[in-house]
Amino acid sequence: MPTVRSVAIALFVVTQGISPAITAAQSPTYGVGRAPTPSELKAIDIDVTPDGKGLPRGRGTAVEGKEVYTHRCETCHGPTGKEGPQDVVAGGQGSLASPAPQKTVGSYWPYATTLWDYINRAMPFEHPSTLTADEVYATTAYLLFLNGIVGEREELNETTLPAIKMPNRSGFTPDPRPDVRTPLKKKDRPPNENW
Amino acid sequence: MTTRSRRWFLRLGAAWSAALVACRSKTAPPGAEPRALGAPVSAYGSRSRFDKAARRVFTNTRVPLEEAASGTPLHDNYGIITPSSLHFERHHSGVPEIDPATHTLTIHGLVDRPLVFTIDELKRLPSVSRIHFLECSGNSLSQWRGGGSPGFDVQQIHGLTSCSEWTGVPVSLLLRECAVDPRATWMLAEGADACKMTRSIPMTKVMDDALVVYAQNGEPLRPEQGYPLRLLLPGWEGNSNVKWLRRLKAMDQPAMSREETSKYTDLMPDGTARQFTFDMEAKSIITRPSGGDTLSGPGLYEITGVAWSGRGTIARVEITIDDGATWTPAELQTPVLPRAHTRFRWRWQWDGRDAVIASRCTDDTGYTQPPLADLIAIRGRNSMYHNNGIQMWKVAADGTITNANRA
Repeated sequence: MPTVRSVAIALFVVTQGISPAITAAQSPTYGVGRAPTPSELKAIDIDVTPDGKGLPRGRGTAVEGKEVYTHRCETCHGPTGKEGPQDVVAGGQGSLASPAPQKTVGSYWPYATTLWDYINRAMPFEHPSTLTADEVYATTAYLLFLNGIVGEREELNETTLPAIKMPNRSGFTPDPRPDVRTPLKKKDRPPNENW
Repeated sequence: MTTRSRRWFLRLGAAWSAALVACRSKTAPPGAEPRALGAPVSAYGSRSRFDKAARRVFTNTRVPLEEAASGTPLHDNYGIITPSSLHFERHHSGVPEIDPATHTLTIHGLVDRPLVFTIDELKRLPSVSRIHFLECSGNSLSQWRGGGSPGFDVQQIHGLTSCSEWTGVPVSLLLRECAVDPRATWMLAEGADACKMTRSIPMTKVMDDALVVYAQNGEPLRPEQGYPLRLLLPGWEGNSNVKWLRRLKAMDQPAMSREETSKYTDLMPDGTARQFTFDMEAKSIITRPSGGDTLSGPGLYEITGVAWSGRGTIARVEITIDDGATWTPAELQTPVLPRAHTRFRWRWQWDGRDAVIASRCTDDTGYTQPPLADLIAIRGRNSMYHNNGIQMWKVAADGTITNANRA
């Protein structure tokens, strides 16, 4: 099916920016399914990765984001991001090793791009995907400002956002499990607890 | 308390007592000879109106119900298959209503041939059926903070696990059809719910045993389980089994989505957090008798429950009736399947005295389910997810049973 194949290769080049020279792939076994159109892919390909891939052009500052936040976010996240009733999004830095850790954007989230991606795809909770790209940049900037990560007038765009280093960027480790071997040595077991 | 019936145990206990220790249960009067005509045939069956087993909806004042969870009534389940109506739920922005005629799965990214499949097209491809558990990694959450109150029952503590037969297509087949690029090390999976719930899955798992499934227990998926299509990653935390699946994107890095950074990560006592903790480790629970039941008197009781491991097959389940001093093997009901609930049974002659009963399991990797206190000793109290500690039930001399976990 040369037509389908050439369309697929063209799409691949368009979406991935990779030379067609490496696309000498095996032919399909079942021949079921069709190639998506460029506009179909554009509509659905919304994810943003830490390197900034997927971010659309746009811009916003915390000053502008405060407007959006007040109207669209504050009811759930509180006037300063710390009051709830839904997820606390500000504060908590330095609390992760305490008995009452607060996992917020500032204390816990390792990538600023995740914030943009999540606001864009899922917020506001009852009306997701209704913010413009500029509004998402601005809201992201405001949340980062509330956490002391960017300045009030610092512009976030597709270049500056992925360059932000979040405070807890190096706070994550791979899965070491199985980590609990039974039975534990006596010295590792807490006193006065059953088993 | 839940609405579920606790009379089962009283009734059965009474019957067994009558048969085995000749005691004091009354004999029910014989029923009248049946004469009235029954109901006619029907297009879609429903259970008896006398059966009240139900999911328990976990609510608090903070979380909207579209983002809440409901737990399976494990106490009222038999065998290893969870009725689809009673499969646990956890949604992130409600259950979307999706017309399968318009729903598609798009596979793209680092592939030579991006493809869009309709549900009908997926059903034309070679299919497989597998029985696997699904467990929310937040199951048994209360156990990290004190073990829960004595009044907590098995559904309340551990209800976010269920087991179904799933039918669909291996993702590896679809990726070969798309000619996936060898540089693709991760696969983004995205749902068609309002929040477009997104997780990144290592390509090794995807090529090993991941399925896109359209059926559950012999009929199309229930909407709460992802109708018309979901990802199924056998043995991996529930959240990564993305429901209402609309898109798979082959990538050379994880997307670092909100769910895999700020949510489904395990905070350790030193303030670091473990990320991409996918396996659900070996776990077992006695489901009957369990918290909320009342034994009707000394005598024989069957202890039963379920065990499972996200890393393989259950090799052994052991029971204690003396607070962990001694353990004896339980009988495993076949089939014993990898990454599936396994039913176990053990006959207990209760002497009428205080007892603490529990089960622990070992899988075919040699891993044994740990005591709750050992988990907490290593991981602290704030890791929220992946609690597979041993569940103890206290049986008092008056027959009442309560949650004995304390930590």
